[in-house]
Amino acid sequence: MITALAIMALGAVVLGAALGYASIRFKVEGDPLVEKIEAILPQTQCGQCGYPGCKPYAAAISAGEADINLCPPGGMDGVRKLADLLGREVKALEAEEKPKQVAIIDEATCIGCTLCIQACPVDAIVGAAKQMHTIIEPLCTGCELCIKPCPVECIHMLPITENLDNWKWKYPVIEIKRAA
Amino acid sequence: MLAQLFGFKGGVKPQTNKAPSVQLPIGQAPLPSCLFVPLHQNIGGAPNPLVVVGEHVLKGQLIGGADGWVSAAVHAPTSGTVLAIEEHVAAHPSGLPTLSVVIEPDGRDQWIPRTALDHRSLAPERVREILRDAGVVGLGGAAFPSHAKLTPARAVPMQDLVINGAECEPFMTCDDLLMRERAEEIVRGIAIFRDLLGAKRVLIGIEDNKPEAISAMNKAVLRLAEDYAVVAVPTRYPAGGAKQLIRVLTGKEVPASKRSTELGVQCFNVATVYTAYRALAHGEPVISRIVTLTGNIEQPRNWEVRLGTPMRELIALGRPKADTDRYLMGGPMMGFEIPDLAAPVVKATNCLIAGSPALFPASPPEMPCIRCGACAEVCPHELQPFELYWFSRARNFGKTQEYHIFDCIECGCCSYVCPSHIPLVQYFRFAKSEIWSREREKQAADAAKARFELRNAREEREQAEKAERLAKAAAARGSERKPAPASAAVLPPTVEPVQPVAAAESAEAVSPSDPDTVRKATIVAAMERARAQREAVKPRNTEQLTVEQKNEIAAIEARRAALKPEPAAAQGGRADSATSQERPGE
Repeated sequence: MITALAIMALGAVVLGAALGYASIRFKVEGDPLVEKIEAILPQTQCGQCGYPGCKPYAAAISAGEADINLCPPGGMDGVRKLADLLGREVKALEAEEKPKQVAIIDEATCIGCTLCIQACPVDAIVGAAKQMHTIIEPLCTGCELCIKPCPVECIHMLPITENLDNWKWKYPVIEIKRAA
Repeated sequence: MLAQLFGFKGGVKPQTNKAPSVQLPIGQAPLPSCLFVPLHQNIGGAPNPLVVVGEHVLKGQLIGGADGWVSAAVHAPTSGTVLAIEEHVAAHPSGLPTLSVVIEPDGRDQWIPRTALDHRSLAPERVREILRDAGVVGLGGAAFPSHAKLTPARAVPMQDLVINGAECEPFMTCDDLLMRERAEEIVRGIAIFRDLLGAKRVLIGIEDNKPEAISAMNKAVLRLAEDYAVVAVPTRYPAGGAKQLIRVLTGKEVPASKRSTELGVQCFNVATVYTAYRALAHGEPVISRIVTLTGNIEQPRNWEVRLGTPMRELIALGRPKADTDRYLMGGPMMGFEIPDLAAPVVKATNCLIAGSPALFPASPPEMPCIRCGACAEVCPHELQPFELYWFSRARNFGKTQEYHIFDCIECGCCSYVCPSHIPLVQYFRFAKSEIWSREREKQAADAAKARFELRNAREEREQAEKAERLAKAAAARGSERKPAPASAAVLPPTVEPVQPVAAAESAEAVSPSDPDTVRKATIVAAMERARAQREAVKPRNTEQLTVEQKNEIAAIEARRAALKPEPAAAQGGRADSATSQERPGE
């Protein structure tokens, strides 16, 4: 009886020590879930979810503070992926889904106030004080953060049109007419 | 001669339908009314236009310079005037436009000065450059720049050079006719590629349904006393795929992750070899190609067509029959329907087929997959198309990649044999382009994230630096005033904190007691420095501009010169405004 107790107690102590050591030795820095969530988010850094960037939103989702349907640039596709990852229900997007866009500065109207440069989260606008500004299109994430600060309303969004570089083969559609 | 041929797995034997278009020799297509030469006709970088609107160009003149190493130049197919450099519908399944040079022929067809070169007297690098600048690309249909395939792997000695004259696609006969009529030039061209690669053996693979081409090539090889082996390979689609032909002739199987040079093999199409020979031995860049015009037309034939000829004008030469309802570019197995006949003939256009309901009956409705495995039996790459189909259909793209969707060459064998008439290749194309687009999006997102993080780090650093500067300025001011109150160091002054420091540096000449004079002198000195810097800097982003951009810059400079006020008058006013100018970003 005592031997059995001793063995069990010894086992508990050894295993406890092993677990304790492992928890220190293999400590994970940061929250791995946040990183996984962030990888799904589109990185537009637009703040449309109400958080200042994609990482804070990912942290909020991970902490259970935010819903998964607050990211309009990610679209329904993003919501579905988040639901998949987190085991939550798929929900309709809070805002309406928009096609991908880029911002365009009307260079004739631009007065060179630099306000949009300061607003751009990804440094996609070049220009200097009292000089015309312009947007580096391939870097623009379409976050629309530059539109509000512009005092002369010279920035507008243009949907990205299909061209030979981004053209995709379409999903094959079965023609019902022919089958009938 | 080869002791033994190897086989490849799978493949089908569709009706070849090649006979109608080999009755007549290659015809010279007449000069079209207008040529639309797309600048981007190759895989890799898009060439930049080198001509301006209104310029007169000669036949063979460079109109688009190769952009980077994997790219090929584009030339004027005839002499004439550049009417426009604009977006014109591309020879592409989407029918989307691409930047093209519109040339109106002057009818004289006047060549640029051509120099014949012997590749043996040139350095290999020079030969590759010449090929790139002559616009030599793979004419089998892929349009990959040939010079980029002509570098042997360092570790592996080059064993075999495979010359592809198999032409396995039904209807297509352009390579057949080229071998029949211009065999000697092909054989001479092979020497260029052999010498560049240092290949020990040259194998010319031709399907055994082209006896005339085989005998013509054999005769040419004998006449020129070369030791190339002309090999008749069994007729089975897709024997003309590069990997299939390499396997049939050499027994080597090129894995997906490797280039064929790493196995000591390289493969070129006969038409590519021919254009390479013309480029070196005659100084003629690629400005035309042989196109098979066949199908539902009165006169099927091969034509030598100038690149940029609108397809409509070429098709008219064959007199399409009344019930023609569509046109295919490429063969019936791998080709696509042309959405707009205004699209021009490009380097990848090997065949145009007029289709009619009788020739290509509408496929019966798609039915469910019964997992019969017929597609897996015919797949030349030994994939499992039925599995790929399920995953593509369900948009489970990760799984499609696990089943090696990118090894699929879209040969169409699986769709050809499918008893349920499922357009399998279309599903695979959809899945592939969807995967590519997601990859692009992912890269863009990663770049955006990196830029966002860099920006945040920079802002933090700038704030820290500013605080430090303010603290320093406060300390300097405090020490100037001697009786420094303890609070001044803690609360940095907010009004123009930088200038005292700057002034201290350059104020030796002026009396330090007059802060106003010091400040003005500093400003004048700073403006002088800035002007000197501006003039010293030569903009570095002005190379490789398009003609349009250059014109635009010239126009802007002219406007600017007209607007510029006299410098003397502006001097005083500008200095004043600089004093009161607020610093942006602070």
